[in-house]
Amino acid sequence: MATASEHSEHVAARAEMRWVYFVIAVIGLLLVMIAFTSLHWVMMPAQRIETVNPSTLHLAGEFTEDNLGTEANADGSATVRLIAQQYSFTPQCIVVPANTPVTFRGTSADVIHGFIIAGTNVNVMLEPGYVSNFRTEFKRPGEHVMPCHEFCSVGHAGMWAHVKVIDRDTFFRQSLSTRRQSCVPQ
Amino acid sequence: MFHSRRLVLAHFWVAFAAFLLALMLGEWQMYVRSPLFSGLSNPELYYRSVTAHGSAMAYVFPTLVAMGFGYAIVELSLKRPLVGLRWAWAGFGLLVAGTVIAMIPVSMGLASVLYTFYPPMIGNAFYYIGVVLVVVGSWIWVALMSVNLRLWKRDNPGVPVPLPMFANVAGAYLWAWTSVGAALEILLQILPVALGFRSTIDAGLARVLFSWTLHAIVYFWLFPSYIAFYTLVPRAIGGRLYSDLMGRVGFALFLVFSMPIGIHHIFQDPEVGEGFKFLHAIFTAMVSVPTLLTVFTITASVEIAARLRGGTGVVGWVRALPWGNPMMLAVAFSFIMLGFGGAGGIINMSYHLDFAIHNTQWITGHFHLIYGGAIVIMYFAIAYDLWPHLTGKALAQIVLMRVQLWLWFVGMIVVTFPWHYVGILAIPRRMAYFDYSDPAIAPQALSVIITFFGGLLLLASALLFIFILLRGHHAPRITLPEFRFSAPVHAVHHVPAALNGFALWLALMIGLTVVNYGYPIVKLLGTPGTAVPAIPVGVKR
Repeated sequence: MATASEHSEHVAARAEMRWVYFVIAVIGLLLVMIAFTSLHWVMMPAQRIETVNPSTLHLAGEFTEDNLGTEANADGSATVRLIAQQYSFTPQCIVVPANTPVTFRGTSADVIHGFIIAGTNVNVMLEPGYVSNFRTEFKRPGEHVMPCHEFCSVGHAGMWAHVKVIDRDTFFRQSLSTRRQSCVPQ
Repeated sequence: MFHSRRLVLAHFWVAFAAFLLALMLGEWQMYVRSPLFSGLSNPELYYRSVTAHGSAMAYVFPTLVAMGFGYAIVELSLKRPLVGLRWAWAGFGLLVAGTVIAMIPVSMGLASVLYTFYPPMIGNAFYYIGVVLVVVGSWIWVALMSVNLRLWKRDNPGVPVPLPMFANVAGAYLWAWTSVGAALEILLQILPVALGFRSTIDAGLARVLFSWTLHAIVYFWLFPSYIAFYTLVPRAIGGRLYSDLMGRVGFALFLVFSMPIGIHHIFQDPEVGEGFKFLHAIFTAMVSVPTLLTVFTITASVEIAARLRGGTGVVGWVRALPWGNPMMLAVAFSFIMLGFGGAGGIINMSYHLDFAIHNTQWITGHFHLIYGGAIVIMYFAIAYDLWPHLTGKALAQIVLMRVQLWLWFVGMIVVTFPWHYVGILAIPRRMAYFDYSDPAIAPQALSVIITFFGGLLLLASALLFIFILLRGHHAPRITLPEFRFSAPVHAVHHVPAALNGFALWLALMIGLTVVNYGYPIVKLLGTPGTAVPAIPVGVKR
């Protein structure tokens, strides 16, 4: 009897170990996929820590009003600079070129905000005191909504902006006459 | 035997009362933001409600369930009276007092900061003080669990600690250490501002500290349910536990891996560098291991029950299970919801996928499915299982229990599946209202209506649950056999020393947290210019 019990205990332990190896293999595979997409497609979260004083955003530095909007860079890429505050973004309507490397740089003037651009993977938290970065590329021209997606007090539900993806050539032609582009009605 | 009945009942009743009130608030929120409510809801009231719903469901309800169940486990598994009954009542008193103190400013609209606090928004100081009292009350429980185990071990040298007690104390230590993150945030950052001693706060550091608590707290919520999987389910359905040892391994792994992973909540944040985000993503994958081990052990235990009842075949044995037994239904529903929720969790953990759904309604769907679904449905089953032993009276409404569990399961699916869907369409969470006249939002109206009706099912289920428990107090008195936990297939004669105590696992838990959080925290502390002006919130008079 003792040997039969020992035998069944042995069988049970072996079945259990097979499952353990299977679990480790599945989790290992997922991790390899994450590492691969991170390194190969450079799909990584925000790069390094940059700070900025939210009390003087409007006075000097990168986030003064005349510097907000989308800038055409000399290397053929574009940079979007934006600010969030209770309860809107500046600019409220963002223009970006299609098929172009785009870098978002943003921060908050008061509390924690964030945004997601519907139909894309653009998803960024904006926090007072810190500058957020996000690099992406928009495949097709079109329009997207861009809600604030972090609770920022009572007006949060009304904080929606828009993103207009336009043709690359049009964008760079307009950039010759407009230093910082946006689609906010003038 | 069972001296702390009144203590356990007090914990459970306050827990379930808080749960019912918070559930009603949740359903009201789903109503006022749906197209069924004409006009736009008042966001000021809405966010008072969200703060109350979240604080009650996250801090009060599961903490009281874990504490009450923990006190019961001490007596039922160690088979001796709880040491420190007076301290336990003191802890309970602190919890109740803290809840009331926190909810007064919330209901007055002075602390609509949600249960996740969100500095630099600062609400009324009493909200935070109330939360601190709740946590301090629960720390008394942690100490009592530790003391009771130590005294039992002293009197029983060399005897393996019963699995329920091992898991229970593991849960207590997990909670003690995970609550430290939020405690540091409140005591060192938020309260000095809320009390007027300081006017600036580092919002990024606060988010890092809170993330330390925010993920592992879910494992604290989950512990009572996992204890039920291992130590109640096999016995209740007439089976045996497949492996006692694997249970210990699973609970120990939760201790080790549930803390050093919280930065996956802030993948999109600017205050943590990409290296530590990657590290936390890897550790998040590791914490799925104890759950996957549990799925195997419990499914195998359930299969044993089926075969003992004459079940045959590779999958045919499923038919032989006691499907009329509420515990069987609860564990099946729990596993289904855990399966969907876990798959969603793996998506959240993979940060290139997380970009698509971070802070959308998907996340709300995810944690309602895991916590509200897989975990809370086991709280119901625990209450049903313990109630006769707590009241000394029969709990005979088996049919009503089945209806209650079915309603909860269907309701939770109906609420959370549309949330996952609209999350993929980038609908953000925590919206007090939607502008359905906007063509970009109009298609979501249907999903919001569906979730409202799912919420009605949940409300019906919760009311039925309370009704069944109340009936239990008025049933005829019965004589019960001694309470038993599940017996393993192979009796446990001895376990490795590492799995009979916590020294190794606590060292790993603290060590890994220090490694994975130490650098990001020290780095932020050393970065100048991160303190920003606090923004007071609250109704102005």
